[in-house]
Amino acid sequence: MQTAENRWFETTNYNFAFLDEGSKREIRRKTLKAVAIPGYQVPFASRELPIGRGWGTGGLQLTLSLIGKKDCLKVIDQGNDDSVNAVSIRRLVMETTGVTTTEETGEATLIQTRHRIPEETLREDQILILQVPQPEPLRRVEPSEEVTRRQHAEMDYSAKWLQLYENIVKWGNITIGADYPVMVQQRYLMAPSPIPRWDNPKIHQANYLSLYGAGREKKIYAIPPYTDVVSLHFEDYPFEVESFTGKACRHCGSTHTFLDEITDERTGEKLYQCSDTAYCKKRQKEQRGTEVSHGN
Amino acid sequence: MAIEPLQMSKGMTESIEKEIPLVTVKGLSKQFGSGCEYCSTPSHEEKEGNRCKHCGSIWAVRDIDFELYPGEILGVVGESGSGKSTMIRSLFLDEEVTNGSMTVSTYNKGKINIFNASAQQKRYIRNHVMGMVYQNPYLGLRMTFSSSGNIAEKLIAADNFHVGKIRERASELLDKVEIPISRMDEPPKNFSGGMQQRVQISKALANNPPLLLLDEVTTGLDLSVQAKVLDLIRSLQRELNVAMIVVSHDLGVIRMLADRTMVLRQGLVVEKGLTDQILEDPQHPYTQLLVHSLL
Amino acid sequence: MALANELSVTPFHDITFHVPEGTFMGIAGPSGIGKSSILKCIYRTYITTSGNIWYKSLRYGEIDLSTATERQMIHLRKNEIGYVTQFLKVIPRVSALDVVAEPLLPFGYSLEDARSAARKLLERLLIPEELWNGFPATFSGGERQRINLAKAFIVRPRLLILDEPTASLDNDTKQSVLAILKEMKEQGTTMIGVFHDWDMMEQVADNIYDLRSIKREDHNNVLEVRGQK
Repeated sequence: MQTAENRWFETTNYNFAFLDEGSKREIRRKTLKAVAIPGYQVPFASRELPIGRGWGTGGLQLTLSLIGKKDCLKVIDQGNDDSVNAVSIRRLVMETTGVTTTEETGEATLIQTRHRIPEETLREDQILILQVPQPEPLRRVEPSEEVTRRQHAEMDYSAKWLQLYENIVKWGNITIGADYPVMVQQRYLMAPSPIPRWDNPKIHQANYLSLYGAGREKKIYAIPPYTDVVSLHFEDYPFEVESFTGKACRHCGSTHTFLDEITDERTGEKLYQCSDTAYCKKRQKEQRGTEVSHGN
Repeated sequence: MAIEPLQMSKGMTESIEKEIPLVTVKGLSKQFGSGCEYCSTPSHEEKEGNRCKHCGSIWAVRDIDFELYPGEILGVVGESGSGKSTMIRSLFLDEEVTNGSMTVSTYNKGKINIFNASAQQKRYIRNHVMGMVYQNPYLGLRMTFSSSGNIAEKLIAADNFHVGKIRERASELLDKVEIPISRMDEPPKNFSGGMQQRVQISKALANNPPLLLLDEVTTGLDLSVQAKVLDLIRSLQRELNVAMIVVSHDLGVIRMLADRTMVLRQGLVVEKGLTDQILEDPQHPYTQLLVHSLL
Repeated sequence: MALANELSVTPFHDITFHVPEGTFMGIAGPSGIGKSSILKCIYRTYITTSGNIWYKSLRYGEIDLSTATERQMIHLRKNEIGYVTQFLKVIPRVSALDVVAEPLLPFGYSLEDARSAARKLLERLLIPEELWNGFPATFSGGERQRINLAKAFIVRPRLLILDEPTASLDNDTKQSVLAILKEMKEQGTTMIGVFHDWDMMEQVADNIYDLRSIKREDHNNVLEVRGQK
């Protein structure tokens, strides 16, 4: 029988950060290897977690293996700190570690995210952890793991390029929206997880470490600070990010952020708002601050 | 009308005099099976057959030597099971050889045994040095991708990243094999067998390789389509001066295309010579049998 | 000078002859005696069992055609030695015009130039214009034979081997073939040929080699040449 009291498992029975030290060590070692070979997918012994695979277990294992008592954690899901998934993951880490959490991008030392990179530029002392559903950028064009591994080894990426070419032939342009493939340090083709194209330029020569974890697929990969990350493009079809020309956030009026489109159910009107809720709130607060100071 | 005597150009004279083979293959052998102490080297005895009595391993190809000269067409003929396909798949590096060497004069000045090249070098060789046309177009084409995309794949592998230029080259190649440009973006699965073979040929030629390998390319096509594909191969050979190895069980195809021919039986070359000599004055009893079965 | 293009054959009959440059030697004899075999040995369609076939090549100098390498033979066939058989073997569905034009292409002719040369030749051989774009496989025996001749004539080889090339031609065409043969001879082409009719042979041949006069047991026979013109 489940009651409000016994619904949560007894976190005190578990090691700090849920995972045992052996598991953490395994993940850290594989993380180090991933950092040493930017963009290369390192297989690792993915653990069972109290959330289902495919719900962020890759990112969560990275977070749990890296987090220390002094860290401050931020968890977002598609830019949103308040979505159910973000809240569950944040609570699990909180309950098994007791670390502080935040919604302020600037305050966090570890940021676990699904499908977005915060709008605010991160610092060298911050680590970005991305949840990855499909780490293999070639999987859509080549179903066999054996073959894709060989293709990476030989830098044989013509199949992926062919996919882009076929896009252009069929639709007149490259139609990959999220998870747009990138070349890391002129060597490995990498899936940047399903972030919008908008976020791709942020990881080029970024000053922070990005870690990518795929729990179900059992792969870890990384982009260390100051690494070249170039989105695939043809000479006559340059890479382009999403355009929000003429649109602005309905809350903060931003015209320089990635906007979500929502439809007003009553009027059918299309509305836009910042996908990064924390950034939006910060801007709104600043705007209120300036209004107040005006009033004085 | 006076028939003008022909003068040979100087360049032609020189190229013949110091003729260097484009491809040199020595001791090419391929064994299937684990092998044992009794079959560690392929026997040259025809009577013994190519299957080891002790372990059942098969020497599909036994110690084949040959040279192929620039712009030449070499025919390889034999019944099924004679090792033709294993041989040509080995040459295209689809198959790992057991023994032997292959050099191509245009690759590293002919100093590297291609069979021992690294995986990356092999990929380069397959994209730049040789092209392959398979009997089964499913092996050579991505059936659901556009035809131009099939060619693009080869061009991209050769570091062409300009869509406009890629499409220009693709339409040039497809035009050469008489695929209407209006259909260049259709997938080969929409095409007839003969058209698929032509797309495959254009793909194999995308990066102007000096060597083209053709494995039973006309087998299974209608007779009229066969003739068209053969004519295309001949005119491409003339126009591009690409050397070819044509594998076929069909002596008619060999007669139409090849200058010289090798006859394979149980993995051994039992006879080689000028194609018309092989057909009209076969020396080996097996070739005689083969020729008489045809006529 | 006369022997600059000497050619001798010593095939299985153990026969010897030589053909001076720019002359025509006819070979006569009943069928089955081996006329065609001699020609095929020279062209290397047959492998010579013993003996030598010396040919004075523009490229290789004096060369034994019975032992020349395959590559040398291929080169000689493309550039110096032509061969006309009784039968035409071509890729189906290539037009007569292109079949005739094709041998010129390796010499650096453009397709257009080669075709225009082919047109002239077809006209001379009395092939009706409406057939030029037809496929030789569908032609009558005589038409095919003329295509075959045209194919060999067009490159004007140094040595031309003719194996009953006029067997099914009408008289007008024969005359026109004869005219071309004489013309080529004047320009220096050496020819060896088998004709089924003596008339034809006598009109063009400088020497006629009659195989009937050879006794097979006699290993030292140098044949008398008759019908010298």
